[in-house]
Amino acid sequence: MRHIISLLMENEAGALSRVAGLFSARGYNIESLTVAVTEDPTLSRMTIVTTGSDDVIEQIIKQLNKLIDVVKVLDLNDGKHIERELMLVKVKATGVFKDEMKRMCDIFRGRIIDVADNSYTIELTGSCSKLDAFIEAIDRSAILETVRTGASGIGRGDRILKV
Amino acid sequence: MDASAHSATDTHAKSMTGADIVVSCLNEEKVKFVFGYPGGAVLHIYDALYKQNGFKHILVRHEQAAVHAADAYSRATGDVGVALVTSGPGATNAVTGIATAYMDSIPLVVISGQVPVPAIGMDAFQEVDMVGVTRPCVKHNFLVKHVKDIAPTIKKAFFIAKTGRPGPVVVDIPKDITAHVADFIYPKTVEMRSYNPILKGHSGQIKKAVKLLLSAKRPMIYTGGGLVLGNGAAELVKLAKALNFPVTNTLMGLGGYPATDKQFVGMLGMHGTYEANMAMQHCDVLLAVGARFDDRVIGNPKHFGGQKRTIIHIDVDPSSISKRVKVDVPIVGDVQSVLSDMNEILAQEENQTTDTADWWSQINEWRGIQSLDYVYSDSVIKPQYVVQKLWEVTKGEAYVTSDVGQHQMWAAQYYKFDKPRRWINSGGLGTMGVGLPYAMGCQFADKHAQVACITGEGSIQMNIQELSTCAQYGLPIKVILLNNRYLGMVRQWQEFFYENRYSESYMDSLPDFVKLAESYGHVGMRITNPADVEGALKEAFDRKDKFVFMDFLTDQTENVFPMVENGKGLSEMVLSPNTASRLKGEE
Ligand SMILES: Cc1cc2nc3c(=O)[nH]c(=O)nc-3n(C[C@H](O)[C@H](O)[C@H](O)COP(=O)(O)OP(=O)(O)OC[C@H]3O[C@@H](n4cnc5c(N)ncnc54)[C@H](O)[C@@H]3O)c2cc1C
Ligand SMILES: Cc1ncc(C[n+]2csc(CCOP(=O)(O)OP(=O)(O)O)c2C)c(N)n1
Ligand SMILES: [Mg+2]
Repeated sequence: MRHIISLLMENEAGALSRVAGLFSARGYNIESLTVAVTEDPTLSRMTIVTTGSDDVIEQIIKQLNKLIDVVKVLDLNDGKHIERELMLVKVKATGVFKDEMKRMCDIFRGRIIDVADNSYTIELTGSCSKLDAFIEAIDRSAILETVRTGASGIGRGDRILKV
Repeated sequence: MDASAHSATDTHAKSMTGADIVVSCLNEEKVKFVFGYPGGAVLHIYDALYKQNGFKHILVRHEQAAVHAADAYSRATGDVGVALVTSGPGATNAVTGIATAYMDSIPLVVISGQVPVPAIGMDAFQEVDMVGVTRPCVKHNFLVKHVKDIAPTIKKAFFIAKTGRPGPVVVDIPKDITAHVADFIYPKTVEMRSYNPILKGHSGQIKKAVKLLLSAKRPMIYTGGGLVLGNGAAELVKLAKALNFPVTNTLMGLGGYPATDKQFVGMLGMHGTYEANMAMQHCDVLLAVGARFDDRVIGNPKHFGGQKRTIIHIDVDPSSISKRVKVDVPIVGDVQSVLSDMNEILAQEENQTTDTADWWSQINEWRGIQSLDYVYSDSVIKPQYVVQKLWEVTKGEAYVTSDVGQHQMWAAQYYKFDKPRRWINSGGLGTMGVGLPYAMGCQFADKHAQVACITGEGSIQMNIQELSTCAQYGLPIKVILLNNRYLGMVRQWQEFFYENRYSESYMDSLPDFVKLAESYGHVGMRITNPADVEGALKEAFDRKDKFVFMDFLTDQTENVFPMVENGKGLSEMVLSPNTASRLKGEE
């Protein structure tokens, strides 16, 4: 099953490679991994999307907790949560595509953030599946380039991951 | 250990170089021996240690041996082992030693030199990314970039190495900062929000466990390296005695329960005794203590899981629990603390034991099979016989190190360890070449002790250069070479699973070990006749101040039994031909 795991770790050189190294060394899947510093500059927050059986996920959580730099780990799937991913898509904006792309962008509540002679760059946020749906919905041949951040997740309401 | 008593305080902080800080930190930690090898990146540190007389530096002949010796020192004493190596090749030579310690959870601090900070990343001379190289085989590692960080980092390194599930910690120190100057303040304590091992077991779980043990009809206690590492043997003996339960040890756990006690059923696993494996497979309540259900221990996990039993598992590392086998009552905590709580709770119970008479008669029936029986020969030396005689001659009191192979299994099966920290070997990584440096570490740990290194002619050649170190420091180690002129363990697998195609498992062009030993000033002995085994051992151990290299020419075709073949269940052992035919005859 797909799990979205959040963790807080010391904002130290090499901390990211410890997490990435753990996943490759133990053969765990990573669908996406995002990391950035938090409001507390000594802490980084990471979101990892992974898949595995319950036993594998249990081991992943334990192994992450075992890393000396990791302060806290939360499996967001254990409760209500929200996830968002940002995608930038550069699409052809010539001929039929010009109106079509604007229309699709509006339907998906995206924004055109760069307009050039022959292309638009569309910014889209949402769940990973919404971004997938956008890609599915538009004409493949119009896509020039895509870049996705990978999911960031947060618990709903009182579910707070903090030191 | 109380670091505060000797700590410098802010008020009289002394200004010194990074190199002097490194040395002072080691002395603050009351380190007695540093095993190492010099080189460019650590020259400032070597100069600083020349000028102090706190710890003693032991010069090995290869960095791998430095780490192994530090590792064995730790296994024998329980203290953190310390090694010091230079950058680049010195650091990479240390990696096998670090990985070996990591797999067996041994607390080490390995200090490696690094190229100067401004040179990092420039493909500088003797540069290697030590933090990157060792990341998968350390408990943690650090690259120190400022002289003021040296002391707090070394303090953390010792703390991390020895607390929780122990393990090796690498501290990589660039050369330039060992010349920079800072005030030396050794922190009194370590606070880490990200690292707080749980030591005290959950009382509800412990109560539940005691109730379960008392309800058992076919109980079994299975203990491992964690019981030894956590110094929990005394509490375990108390518990096992009170309950009159059978006890088995893993290869790493030998000595955790006295082998000569009648409740001990021997080692379990791939080369475990018949009774230990049968009892492990058929018990109804299993208490696992500081053991990690390794693949060499439980055999095929499906077969093992096919038998219903309730499992209680005590381990300080949550990730060891329910990793390979689902556990019913997990108890995260330190063995000593949890077992002592268990003993206390048990003492308050009305009924303090359970009826195990039927179970014991079943176990004794299994014992009667005598799965470790072998055929003595008066023409060729049987390796098992050498180990039995070694046990007698040393009265079971020696530190016994081994290398990896058949000889290691015979050492584990036939030397009866009654005390923890006496059996020193590489279980998890299975590193050939550890035997001699392990013996050095033990001899430094206890200079008057009898230290025997049981080895093979393949393994001993992997760190044979240490004969020189042994000469330099006058270490009276006794090497017991079970020389079968084969990479015996490999040959055994080729005999069983590759139709006797002995591909590259023959040890040709061996040196004359007697002359080799003598060339270093040691005593060499060659023993070819079974009748001479005991006398030779006595003679060797009587030479209390000499290093004696004993080359026993042993039976080339002997195999290790019982054996649980790969993929087979724990109770599907292959017994020795001798045992098997004896059983047939009895039918
Ligand atoms: C040729 C060869 C053959 C082998 N055959 C066998 C065999 O037949 N039988 C066998 O048993 N092994 C065998 N081994 C060894 C095997 O590979 C494993 O190394 C060994 O079984 C692991 O032992 P263990 O389970 O005791 O775990 P260890 O590796 O000793 O792990 C210790 C466990 O205790 C925990 N721990 C540590 N400190 C504490 C504490 N203070 N409190 C609580 N828990 C703690 C750790 O977290 C860990 O889970 C063989 C090895 C070789 C090289
Ligand atoms: C460094 C290393 N290389 C290879 C192996 C694989 N291996 C395991 S046992 C063994 C044979 C050991 O031979 P020897 O030391 O003569 O011992 P014997 O089995 O004959 O007693 C080998 C090659 C290993 N464990 N370690
Ligand atoms: Mg051999």
